[in-house]
Amino acid sequence: MTSPAADAEAAFQRIIATFTSSAQPGVVVDSPPGAGKSTLVVRSSTQLAADGEPVMVVAQTNSQVDDLVARIARRAPTLRIGRLSRADYVPSPDVQRPNVQVSSDIRKLADCAIIVGTASKWVWVTEGRWPWAIIDEAYQMRSDLLLRIAARFDRILFVGDPGQLDPFSTVETNRWAGVPWDPMQSAVAALLRNNPDTPQERLPVSWRLPPSAAPIVQRAFYPSTTFTAGTVPEERSVHLPVAGVGAAAVDEVINLASETGWGFYELPARNTIRTDAEAVAATAAIAARLLQRGTETVCEESPGGRRLTADRIAIGAAHRDQVAAIARALRAIGGAASQCRVDTANRLQGAEFDMTIVLHPLSGRRDATAFHLESGRLCVLTSRHRHACIVVGRAGIPELLDAHPSVEPVHLKSLLKFPDGWEANQAMLGHLGQHTVPAL
Amino acid sequence: MLGIDERLAAIRGSSDRKRHNARTLAALTTNPGCARRAILDAAGVHKDKIAARVGHPTEIGKMSKIAVLRGTFFEQQVKAEGGAEMLRLLRAELGLPIEQAHYEDLGAAEVDATDPRSKREQSNESRYQLTRQAMRMTAGSGPDAGTMFASPMLRIAFGGVWVYLEPDLVAFQIGDKFHIVEIKSFPIIDEVADPGKVAGALRQAAVYVIALQNLMEELGRGRDLVSPEVLLVCPKDFTNQPTAAVRNVRKELAVIRRQLERMDQVREILRAVPQEVTFDLAADRQGRPTRSPADLKRALNQIPARYSPDCLSNCEMGRFCRSEARGSTNVLGRTIREDLGGVDSTSMAVALATGRLRPTDDLEETAHLLRTIYTMRADCLQGAS
Amino acid sequence: MSGLTAMARVLAAETGTRQAICTLRHLHVAARPIVLVPITLAGETNAPLAVLVGDDRDRPQLIVTNRPRVREERLRFAERLGAELLLPIANLARRTEVVPTTRRTTTVRRRAVEAPQIWVPNPAGVEFLRLLGRMTRFRSTVGQWAVAPSVPTLGIWATWFAEQSEFADSSVLVATTQALTAMWATGQSDLEDGNLAALMAWIDPPPGTSAADAAARAEDTIAFPPAGPATDPQFDAVVLEPALRDLDAAPDDQVRERVLARLASGLRDQMQPTWDRVWRAIDLLDAVPAAPHVAVRWERDRERFYAFADYLNTIGLPQARQDGAVRGARRLTDLEVRKSTFDAQRAYDDALVMAEYRLSGEAFRGIVVDADADRVVRPSSRRVRRPLITVTTRDPARLAPGDRELRDPQRPTQEAAVIDVESDGAQTRIRLELSGGLGSGTTGPAPSGSVPAVGDVVTYTRLKAGGYTHRGTFPNREDTPWTHGGPPAEYYVPTSHDAAEDWS
Repeated sequence: MTSPAADAEAAFQRIIATFTSSAQPGVVVDSPPGAGKSTLVVRSSTQLAADGEPVMVVAQTNSQVDDLVARIARRAPTLRIGRLSRADYVPSPDVQRPNVQVSSDIRKLADCAIIVGTASKWVWVTEGRWPWAIIDEAYQMRSDLLLRIAARFDRILFVGDPGQLDPFSTVETNRWAGVPWDPMQSAVAALLRNNPDTPQERLPVSWRLPPSAAPIVQRAFYPSTTFTAGTVPEERSVHLPVAGVGAAAVDEVINLASETGWGFYELPARNTIRTDAEAVAATAAIAARLLQRGTETVCEESPGGRRLTADRIAIGAAHRDQVAAIARALRAIGGAASQCRVDTANRLQGAEFDMTIVLHPLSGRRDATAFHLESGRLCVLTSRHRHACIVVGRAGIPELLDAHPSVEPVHLKSLLKFPDGWEANQAMLGHLGQHTVPAL
Repeated sequence: MLGIDERLAAIRGSSDRKRHNARTLAALTTNPGCARRAILDAAGVHKDKIAARVGHPTEIGKMSKIAVLRGTFFEQQVKAEGGAEMLRLLRAELGLPIEQAHYEDLGAAEVDATDPRSKREQSNESRYQLTRQAMRMTAGSGPDAGTMFASPMLRIAFGGVWVYLEPDLVAFQIGDKFHIVEIKSFPIIDEVADPGKVAGALRQAAVYVIALQNLMEELGRGRDLVSPEVLLVCPKDFTNQPTAAVRNVRKELAVIRRQLERMDQVREILRAVPQEVTFDLAADRQGRPTRSPADLKRALNQIPARYSPDCLSNCEMGRFCRSEARGSTNVLGRTIREDLGGVDSTSMAVALATGRLRPTDDLEETAHLLRTIYTMRADCLQGAS
Repeated sequence: MSGLTAMARVLAAETGTRQAICTLRHLHVAARPIVLVPITLAGETNAPLAVLVGDDRDRPQLIVTNRPRVREERLRFAERLGAELLLPIANLARRTEVVPTTRRTTTVRRRAVEAPQIWVPNPAGVEFLRLLGRMTRFRSTVGQWAVAPSVPTLGIWATWFAEQSEFADSSVLVATTQALTAMWATGQSDLEDGNLAALMAWIDPPPGTSAADAAARAEDTIAFPPAGPATDPQFDAVVLEPALRDLDAAPDDQVRERVLARLASGLRDQMQPTWDRVWRAIDLLDAVPAAPHVAVRWERDRERFYAFADYLNTIGLPQARQDGAVRGARRLTDLEVRKSTFDAQRAYDDALVMAEYRLSGEAFRGIVVDADADRVVRPSSRRVRRPLITVTTRDPARLAPGDRELRDPQRPTQEAAVIDVESDGAQTRIRLELSGGLGSGTTGPAPSGSVPAVGDVVTYTRLKAGGYTHRGTFPNREDTPWTHGGPPAEYYVPTSHDAAEDWS
């Protein structure tokens, strides 16, 4: 039997070998939540650059680019790193390093061994061709964006998480449904449909998800791949120095989640407005209470335990008005709680925390829409945590799912979306049902 | 206390049982939250007759004669000459390495005039047995048995009885698996077909897949002998020439299986339905219903419906349920209630929005939202005039 | 659906009268619209049976396919429809004018003085035109299967109209039901609104009848034949099927003529009510004042119309069956850019549309309570005007310090950035720093009116209603990268196979 670390290392070596020797110009690496996707980008880019040829790294958002620049610059202090940016870009302190050069003009970065920029910035590069490119979060990149930049590179490594949210468009059209180069699909989908022989690798170990979460998330959202938790149950634990108050449900759900990794705080069934005040208050209260109780987390990074701080807690919701309402509730509570990260599933993609609290997208609703059922949304929300995830929702979600009409139109040649959002929601809810704490 | 089958029989009353088929079974997924529909379907009530009797005759299922004729013509053309056209499709359009194929028609049935059962019953049963036999032989005969079966008969248990199903074609021997073939008369133009019609065809095909899987299991051969990939055969572009597309119905299978398994739910719903409720039309000798519409309406009111405008195109009771739901936000759209913070009644929504009604505590938030919207709207309209 | 539209629906249901969801009309209504009401033969693929067409409401042209199942007759039908449509199109394309420009450029752009505008009853009518275009644009005018030149030309134009209608901002092809529901909410659902008869019954009930009753009556397909292109099954059984049978069995031309006359009259009865309803809908919409940006968008439609007519005169290849990878990516960008501009223009023009954005927190309206109009700062070497204003609002605004590029429709060239936000639950105070639209120079007071004054009502939003949007670069078609299948084959040129393509 091999260790997770050895498995992961073997996967890394295999990926690099495939990328540098494959007959195909593209290689796809599927990475489940927390499987070391960024580490893969950082390691492979520095390793390739160290061999003497420049490497272009393409990410989807400016903060992802900044994050990668900082990590690459730290890992390879002797290499010159270029940050391709907008003209009015103001570098964050983390990016301002001696070996980092910032420019909006690719020609001014000609000396750099590694150049990092967003895909939308690369669209403006009209000349030149580079031997190596690594595209991060490739499942969130749209096919049309890839079309516009792909010709700049000889070989491309596509790295991403297939379980997260698909890219979207502001227009609705079926015009290209099923066409292999449909501009609205993800970059990886376009690549694979036009190049079915593209090698597909995957990262086998989730270092983020605890043993209590990895198999659940895998079954619900990644039914066709396998991955395991990189840790064993003894390595991850949560302690609550301040005991709960009697039978208070908020404390109870925190207790349950710290023991089992999951908690479902169930409010009585009711059809509510989107910013359901009770649910919003409960979500904020759980975050505040986690901090109040002096929660400590033990993990392989801090075997002696460390105090859970606000920046290690994320609160996720489906809609922006819900995010705004929760943030308001946290500010009203005041103190450290107001420093917690509150965001939509969209913006939490790729991020990692110790504890997460999720306002269930279907809470308080009578009918689900495709938006609420999208499997990527629930997947992002329930796979950001290293220790525990607490979901807040109203009773009645299973009934809502059972009553959901299944009449979505089907485009003949479109890719089969798997897992289906309805099934994924059922699977996750089935699991959460065993961790229910009714609100009093 | 009656068993579930007796209860359903009593609900159906003296009328004959409405025969389900793949299309009506697939339709169970279009509004699975509706208790009224669940009971009427499970009991095999003729919803069209009920709807007509209560003054809301349905247009559902009404097809143009001209369209039906062409559909039949197309199906015959595809199946003609011992499946020659089908074979060509499997080879050319889908690139399948099929050397040759037997074509076996399972449509012939034996009917015994002295048998007390109805001719249809006998025919269904006889064809089912024929299909069963054919499947047993083929499933056991190894990888060389390339056979296409036309007009097979399958069955599935629903509402306490067997529902007989007639797939257009079962093709065997594409990668050692049975494949369901569904022939439809809507076109595939430049490889694109109407997504709503495709979805309907696939749901129907999924019912056949489940029935065939069940049969394989009964024969001890294993469900996985039946492929979740179905073949859809349609006219190509603007011609009468057939073309084919392969589509995996994994998702449809999951949804339909769940609905078929939810007969438990019918038991649950029945508990809340008074014993005396029946949809017996009490037909006279000429088959004319004698039951009063008012009485029938009272019976319908005893089982709650979950109306949404989609019902108008999916369920024979749609227009009746719409008239009953008048005054409810559900009549205006499936998500409108969510947009208005969960208020079910239009008059209450307006009363809260205009401030005419003081909200109860649990409606305070909703009322605030509605007032904000209403004020904003009123201000804008006033500013414009 | 948004909260405001939902509220309009509920109010319509409660009051029994249509409710405006815009204060202005955002669709161009042409002075001489062309109306086209098509119907097709059931069971066949877009087999035209008949159309009522024309720009004179009192004299619709009825075109009937003599034998709808016969391929040649369908082509004859296309030829006759071409005769109706292509002449007005050609005439309009000939009258052009120079597009005025402020930019110094040597190339002169032209546009048509007026563009054609076609109204069909519903989205299925748009689909009819799209498929008719697909059926006819690849036909050859020479060789064994030669058709009249007007047939492929009609196909290319039908395709152009159908493609334009995919863009949010185009008014050259209008689906009547959509035009009406963009203006008014009814007390019924989208599904019922899709039936033109029921929708018009709600919006414009006959005197003395309630909207709900009128709409309920309109569901009777015998008294209110469907708006097509699909026919009523009952009509098929009672009128169409016997007529087609008699047509096939007709022993001589005389009998044929009689049957045809009977068929034509039956078809006209099916289409005339829809024809009248579409014209009535045009009148109703025309009576609503147009929003300021309508004329701007119609100018662009006229420009595109002329450009396409010009292309047809020079290159003139039919549109491909399917977008290639590059074409698709370009089109998607165009669809998105034009939609976002359209959305913004509507909101700028129309307070009720802007209210949708205010409700969702993407815009806010409030009163200026404090203003420092003459503030000048020196962020770099240069001194610049940066007035500060403070606005209070009761809108559920969702803004954070650092949010930039907000604009007030009253001063579209000026940008605002959020300095800070304070909220007490009911009311929010937002401090904004303004830049641009302040004249030149930094001495003396800011030009009058360039900075909102205390007491002014202002609306700020991130929507951008105009100006040029940079789209970045796209590869050339022949440089389609390997990720998207590599360079496609040559431009699609119709083959003899297309000319021979079977129709039945």
